[in-house]
Amino acid sequence: MVKKFFERFYIGIILLFLYAPIFILIILSFNRSKSRAKWGGFTLHWYRELFQNRDIMNALYTTLLIAFLSALIATIIGTTAALAMNSMKKTPRTILMGITNIPMLNADIVTGISLMLIFVALRFSLGFTSVLIAHITFNIPYVILSVMPKLRQLNPHTYEAALDLGASPAVAFFKVILPDIFSGVISGFFLAFTMSLDDFVITHFTKGPEINTLSTKIYTEVRKGIKPEMYALSTLLFVTVLLLLIIINRKSAMKKAPVTKI
Amino acid sequence: MNILFNANKNNTNRPGNVPAAYRKHKSTKEHDHGLKIGKSNHMKLLSFPYILWMAGFIIIPLLMILYYGVHDKYNQITFENIAFITDPINQKSLLLALELSVVSTVICLLLAYPLAMILRKSHKNSNSFIILIMILPMWMNFLLRTIAWQNILEKTGILNSILTFLHLPTMNIINTPTAIILGMVYNFLPFMILPIYNVLAKLDQDVINAARDLGANSFQTFGKIILPLSIPGVISGITMVFVPALTTFVISTILGGSKIVLIGNVIEQQFRLGNWHTGSGLSLVLMIFILLSMAILSKYDKESEGSKIW
Repeated sequence: MVKKFFERFYIGIILLFLYAPIFILIILSFNRSKSRAKWGGFTLHWYRELFQNRDIMNALYTTLLIAFLSALIATIIGTTAALAMNSMKKTPRTILMGITNIPMLNADIVTGISLMLIFVALRFSLGFTSVLIAHITFNIPYVILSVMPKLRQLNPHTYEAALDLGASPAVAFFKVILPDIFSGVISGFFLAFTMSLDDFVITHFTKGPEINTLSTKIYTEVRKGIKPEMYALSTLLFVTVLLLLIIINRKSAMKKAPVTKI
Repeated sequence: MNILFNANKNNTNRPGNVPAAYRKHKSTKEHDHGLKIGKSNHMKLLSFPYILWMAGFIIIPLLMILYYGVHDKYNQITFENIAFITDPINQKSLLLALELSVVSTVICLLLAYPLAMILRKSHKNSNSFIILIMILPMWMNFLLRTIAWQNILEKTGILNSILTFLHLPTMNIINTPTAIILGMVYNFLPFMILPIYNVLAKLDQDVINAARDLGANSFQTFGKIILPLSIPGVISGITMVFVPALTTFVISTILGGSKIVLIGNVIEQQFRLGNWHTGSGLSLVLMIFILLSMAILSKYDKESEGSKIW
């Protein structure tokens, strides 16, 4: 009994540690005072203000667009790469997996700098496209690592059976393989989307002066003080995702099917 | 590395009471790479876009850093950029970064392991739920979350208000190395919890029961069975925490004020000032430390495929 209590208590403490800053940000979004340090009463002012703020709205649009496009392209490249790697011999597969691990294991600052150097060397102007390419690059490994285990579990004979029965490889892929690995592909996509959304360091080095994502915009405001609209926006984002996840979890719990992995 | 994401594998793949013989058969099948989808070459051709992409945006850029690191402005080969690390200020920042990242990695490990043990017991079937809880905070921008720690740690912040309320002496944490360690632990703890939890969740309960049946007490079971089997997860967790902690410049900027300078700050500053050659030289030094730590760790980690290159 006592042990059980301590275990619960420990989980509670860790969760408090992880979520305390989030609660603070949510509270700050309702703070009438512009200063972060004192409470000036409840207000919804910053939420109204938020939608009038062109800068923040632009940054939000850029962030979401880059997250969506980079996750989508990374999912396509990563899934095809995983398929190919799965049919390779051990040595080339090990080498490719090693390369896949580089952006995950390497420091963000080094990845960011190296990408900036290559863009500059190629006379490629830093802006939306360079950030997109950088995000695709660090997102591909997440997709591969979520699709790979699913491919390993696949029964190879079903694909061969489809081919024997006259399906073209493409049809066999979409009708036989894809449904089986779909949960891995989807979780790869969402992981990539989340990573792209939360990235600051790599974006910081590969973006030009004209564009800002939410992260880089916040960073420029660190010294002069964050605009409270930012708290409102991140609260909205967080609550939206939370609600979405609860709905998805409910649905999949009702179906009793382990569909959602993230 | 793969450990981080393999959580689902077990869940879907091990139906309730599969006979042991079948299970064994199945697991050998999984590792037998002779069985593949599409033996013909058209599958392998699919890797071309990927290989091109990774060569262009991972390998060549890293070589660019190497090139910049060993050349000066006039394209002459020089080792001055790398030797710049021996400058007392840079040396100090590197040592401080090493110290803080080691400390925060150890704290993460000490916090995460017991948690993973508890989660393993209590939530057998909610693998995805636990991953979700750990990933969910990422939807709140990490810069903002770190800034929120300023609110907690400030002189008149939340922590000190609580301490005053309890008539305890207040603490001055903000803008000290302690604040940076706290920020590192906060930001990277999920990356320690997930891999350890994933190996522990995959651990076969039968093995543990067997140890108990053979007379091992809980300490022996832990020391001889659970801990050795969880090493790959621990290794993966350590790399996932140590590398970003060593190289961060954001956490030290937000929680360390301007007084505390880590090696990440130095490199960022060099690039901001346009000194790409010295910045690259210092990045090379940083990479040597990353490679070194991975070489040491990979000695203890024989199982995970692919991370051997690093």
